[in-house]
Amino acid sequence: MPVTDTHHDLESRTVTIEAEFAAPPERVWQVYADPRQLERIWGPPTHPATVVDHDLTPGGRVTYYMTGPEGEKYYGYWRVLEVDEPRSFSFEDGFAKDEQFAPNPDLPVSTTQTRLEATEAGTRATFVSTYDSAEALQQVLDMGVMEGASSAINQIDALVAA
Amino acid sequence: MGVTEEDEDRADAWFHALSDRTRRDILRRVLAGEHSVSALAAEYDMSFAAVQKHVAVLERAGLLVKRRRGREALASGDVDSVRSVREMLTDLEGVWRGRVARIDDLLREDKD
Repeated sequence: MPVTDTHHDLESRTVTIEAEFAAPPERVWQVYADPRQLERIWGPPTHPATVVDHDLTPGGRVTYYMTGPEGEKYYGYWRVLEVDEPRSFSFEDGFAKDEQFAPNPDLPVSTTQTRLEATEAGTRATFVSTYDSAEALQQVLDMGVMEGASSAINQIDALVAA
Repeated sequence: MGVTEEDEDRADAWFHALSDRTRRDILRRVLAGEHSVSALAAEYDMSFAAVQKHVAVLERAGLLVKRRRGREALASGDVDSVRSVREMLTDLEGVWRGRVARIDDLLREDKD
């Protein structure tokens, strides 16, 4: 598995994932710089992503939707914050109301920082994702854009069983 | 297992409780060890009554339990409930692990 380390910070609701890829940072960067590659990696197999607008520059926007098994669509956008090709970039990831991609102010935003460092084997990538609040976490899970077997309902069950 | 109205109400209370910075701070303190409500109140630049209210919100959400010792109210965190935030982060970690695996697959195609 390329994942080498993970860390959770409960107080700041941050998930940090470190991974090693057998390709140089310039190549990993292309995965994000090319919308056709980005859509292949962004959504889980059950909710493939389609990237609509793509401007990976500071202040730029990337818009996308994910299509669920029943054909339901979840609209999302990135507001790109910092870009230092091919070393790092950060963006806010939020939900949009519809295909016009106007941000949905009722749904939470998360901020993700991606860092790519050259190593002998290729690239060490670090993804640091922070969610605004516990509600934000829950809402992201409620969207059903999940991988694996667990679901928001299971989480609530676990909560009330605790 | 189905989710009852009561379960939903409890989840609502729980997320409401954690949406406030002061309450998260109080929770962090009481998870580290039992505190009297007056000792907690001394930590914040707000009235005793305001801190008491925050404690009550956490208590109603089931994140904090209180007991009395003489005239003092002692508060401690309910560790089992808080563990659920960890579970949510673990789920989100799953999302990121999925992305990492897909990047890895995509990069491997270059070599084929």
